[in-house]
Amino acid sequence: MKTLESIVSFIEENFLFGDKIHVSQEQSLTKNNVIDSTGILEIISFIEHSYNISVHDEDIVPENFDSIQSITQYINTKKTE
Amino acid sequence: MNIEKSLLEMDFEQETNTIKNFLRHSITKILHKKGVVVGLSGGIDSSLSAALCVQALGKERVLGLLMPERDSSPETVPLSRDLARHLDIRTVTRDITSTLESLDVYSGYARIARALIPEYSADWKSKIITNQSNKKKTVTFHSLVAHSPDGEKWTKRIPIQEYLGLVATTNYKQRVRKNIEYHYADANNFAVIGTPNRLEYELGFFVKNGDGAADIKPIAHLYKTQVYGLARHLGLPQQILDRPPSTDTFSLPQSQDEFYFALPYREMDICLFALNNGISVQDVAAELTLPPVQVEHIFSDIHTKRRTTSPLHLEPLLVPRSSRVEPYP
Repeated sequence: MKTLESIVSFIEENFLFGDKIHVSQEQSLTKNNVIDSTGILEIISFIEHSYNISVHDEDIVPENFDSIQSITQYINTKKTE
Repeated sequence: MNIEKSLLEMDFEQETNTIKNFLRHSITKILHKKGVVVGLSGGIDSSLSAALCVQALGKERVLGLLMPERDSSPETVPLSRDLARHLDIRTVTRDITSTLESLDVYSGYARIARALIPEYSADWKSKIITNQSNKKKTVTFHSLVAHSPDGEKWTKRIPIQEYLGLVATTNYKQRVRKNIEYHYADANNFAVIGTPNRLEYELGFFVKNGDGAADIKPIAHLYKTQVYGLARHLGLPQQILDRPPSTDTFSLPQSQDEFYFALPYREMDICLFALNNGISVQDVAAELTLPPVQVEHIFSDIHTKRRTTSPLHLEPLLVPRSSRVEPYP
């Protein structure tokens, strides 16, 4: 499964109980009430375990984790490091 | 403009009378109780609440409960007793350490702490702090700060599952205390007083069914600055007025701002008051000598805290129109 599909699937299963996500890839997940900051931390745990990457404290900012697109970009960048 | 001055432009005598009348009316006409139970922590909020109850109902109708535990500050009990002597009220002391032990609170906490810091053991001291800062927009996360007996210091970010476990474990402290308060309320036909100030109430800094549970919350409309002003007006003991606000929940001293508010109460009061009264970012920035962008971050954080903690204020949700129980008018 590609990174983007994997993230969408995690959000839909974990936060929406299988419903389809209603925001676009660029839109804010928190401002559109899909997840809150606890949800972001769940996504970070998911990423660390699924992709075997370590998310540093200073990386935990909205620019990296508040949209499907930014999460996907962050993972792809970390995978190439 | 001077926002802090506006906050303190309160007629404390009139405010005292308003709260006294509210308490008397609530107890006698709505709740039909004989008095009140107040959990005393030696802090400013519970002390002021108890003092107002004594003024409203008389000292015989106020029971102070002291409920320390192993991690309580050494000042908590002496300050609570000073306050009770000052108000001349009856007190009951119930140390809740053994109850918390039976609920696996200390061992459960240590087990989670060890998952983060393998060297952690029961004789270490620790607390949880937030990463929140008014300097930049962040995603809130928390870290465990732990000190070993020989001075070794650790700070470790807490993954979400471990964070939830630590919070659930320490929330037992507030929930056990509230159970005891309701026990003594039942036994005396008294009501239970909740002691949050406006910062705590409005921004959701309380444990649901813990310190958030109460029959009356007499100071939930007062900013912390106003709480101190009213406490001074009522002549509360100086050592209580001087005590810095603390959660008194962890074995290391922990201020409320390092766990939740991210700002000292004075600045947080000014920001919340400004937001509630339509005062501009520029005026707040000038008073706090902060760049406007930082004030915008604080305002945004207040909105976020209100939104994310709003479920804490909700009554249980019922299926619309299916309930046959109508609220009593």
